[in-house]
Amino acid sequence: MADAPESPDQSPDRKGYWPEVIRLTLTLLALWFLVSFGAGILFREFLDQFHIGGAPLGFWFAQNGSIYVFVALIFYYCAAMNRLEKKYRIEG
Amino acid sequence: MDWTLIWVLGTFGLYIGIALWARAGSTNDFYVAGHGVHPVVNGMATAADWMSAASFLSMAGLIAGMGYGGSVYLMGWTGGYVLLALLLAPFLREFGKFTVPDFVGDRYYSGTARIVAVICALFVSFTYIAGQMSGVGIAFSRFLGVDFNTGIFFGMGIVFVYAVLGGMKGVTYTQVAQYVVLIFAYTVPAIFISLMLTNNPVPQLGFIGNLKGDDVSMLQKLDETVKGLGFESYLSSSKTNFDIFCITAALMFGTAGLPHVIIRFFTVPNAADARLSAGWALVFIAILYTVAPAVGAFARHNIIESVNETTYVPAAEYAEGSQLVSEAGETPSPAWFANWETTGLVAFDDKNGDGQMQIRGPAAPDGLENEVTVNNDIYVLANPEIAQLPEWVIGLVVAGGLAAALSTAAGLLMVISSAVSHDLCRRTFFKGMTDKTELRVARAAAAAAVIAAGFMGIYSADLAFVAQVVAFAFGLAAASLFPVILLGIFWKRMNREGAIASMLTGLIPTFAYIWHFKLGAGKAATAEDWFLGVSPEGIGFVVMILSILVGVAVSLATKPPPQDIQDLVEDIRIPGTRRSHGIADSGMAPVD
Repeated sequence: MADAPESPDQSPDRKGYWPEVIRLTLTLLALWFLVSFGAGILFREFLDQFHIGGAPLGFWFAQNGSIYVFVALIFYYCAAMNRLEKKYRIEG
Repeated sequence: MDWTLIWVLGTFGLYIGIALWARAGSTNDFYVAGHGVHPVVNGMATAADWMSAASFLSMAGLIAGMGYGGSVYLMGWTGGYVLLALLLAPFLREFGKFTVPDFVGDRYYSGTARIVAVICALFVSFTYIAGQMSGVGIAFSRFLGVDFNTGIFFGMGIVFVYAVLGGMKGVTYTQVAQYVVLIFAYTVPAIFISLMLTNNPVPQLGFIGNLKGDDVSMLQKLDETVKGLGFESYLSSSKTNFDIFCITAALMFGTAGLPHVIIRFFTVPNAADARLSAGWALVFIAILYTVAPAVGAFARHNIIESVNETTYVPAAEYAEGSQLVSEAGETPSPAWFANWETTGLVAFDDKNGDGQMQIRGPAAPDGLENEVTVNNDIYVLANPEIAQLPEWVIGLVVAGGLAAALSTAAGLLMVISSAVSHDLCRRTFFKGMTDKTELRVARAAAAAAVIAAGFMGIYSADLAFVAQVVAFAFGLAAASLFPVILLGIFWKRMNREGAIASMLTGLIPTFAYIWHFKLGAGKAATAEDWFLGVSPEGIGFVVMILSILVGVAVSLATKPPPQDIQDLVEDIRIPGTRRSHGIADSGMAPVD
């Protein structure tokens, strides 16, 4: 297979790749906004009626929870981008 | 104090050893560590680069004092990494040059844009570095009995060795060692404090748990205690939601726009590694940032419980004094208070002359005045003693604070020296310079930057803007650098005119607003005088929006960027497709 001539199907699909990257990025940024500015600030007072352990939920998101979600978002992004690059035959 | 000396000398020796091993042989080594740093290693170096003396020593105390209001720092200084990973780091790595002004100057085919970016980068970095150097001076003078200025000279000497010899390569590997020292020094006392108070060895779980032998949660109990003493509630803030929103956003976008953070992602092999590395950086940062609010809450509780309403015993005669007090049936003030009193970080002023120590907030129900002042740094520094850990742990905390200050200073030095040797000399004034000459100039610039930073540290008390680093550095990075980089990647139509207009729109109003309300005529102003009620710390976000709008409007009103530039933007969006493009790369070819 290594010597197979390059056919159009094997070249990187740049046109298909970028819109999917943008869609993924906007989805993850929406989550980023939701856990920090949303849960930690704008909806904090509402969320504080619920508790996680002994901490009011909104307060906990502002001081701990949002940070855990940030980490998860970046690693999800890395995995999803690797999948996209495979799908569109892009070799980083 | 002997343990402190052992730790400090031991860690300094380690840093010098690493410096001698990781010497730079080319400009590629010197500016971007030869693009050969593993993403996890770079994540660790980024974490040390990012966490400054203030994160290490002061942040827990700041949060302890502000309660919920302190969340702006926690979310603001971590959330920016999501922006870095998704919006900037992989694309800037794919662009393949050495500095942030490289990107701005080449993407916008303009020497003027490059110079404006250099000015932003230099101002932000010098403001930031002066605080690090004075932190080193303070650590030396307080804990090793050395003069403040001598302490700074020590710090300068150490950074000189690894920054000048090794450039980014030396800095990277010393930052890894510094991360290990600082995270160990931060988490070990936190684990013991958590065990002591909540029986849970994980501080993040102790934070949401109950106090030992109690059936109310630690946070609820703390909230009741501070309210009972007349302080603001621990679980809410007197700031408006809009202001909290703006400050958090300014810190996040500012983090993403800070040159010393961005250039760390130039050191990994490719774009995929750059985004992965941002994830690892945030993991290593989150270890400290999720422990910090727990440390703050534990220490606030502890300090009130162990100090409030005890009988004051002066440090000079603590042993007999405390015994006498106990025999009289009263509680003596704790030993750690007496120990730290000599450093001036805690103080007692017996305003009502009853010999008892009263901690009170501004709205104390019994009308008593507060008599105990506690420096923010004490929450981290006194932790090991409060948890009754052995003496060597205390020395370790001092070494950790120094590691945090030196690692951040080194990252900033790389920005300052490359701005001079690369952006100004090689790319602007002496375009024909050979790689060898540039490397020599880079070392000289790093040496000069170390000396300049040291002097800024020495005179930091007289340089009023240094104390406002949070507002200035983050506000300016968010408003002036972040928008042009973002638009430069995601909007092909953004042109030279738009970029210059956008950077100046970000730079001038932000600077003027912060100067006016922090240092100038508006110093005494209250929240009602602020524009839209936004504090100087949050204004960077508001101006950033304006700067984006101006950049877009001016670009649309002028002619589109040349085809070469549009092709370049196409390339940096797709990993592994970067080719050289005439006008964009004529000054310097991209390095793989």
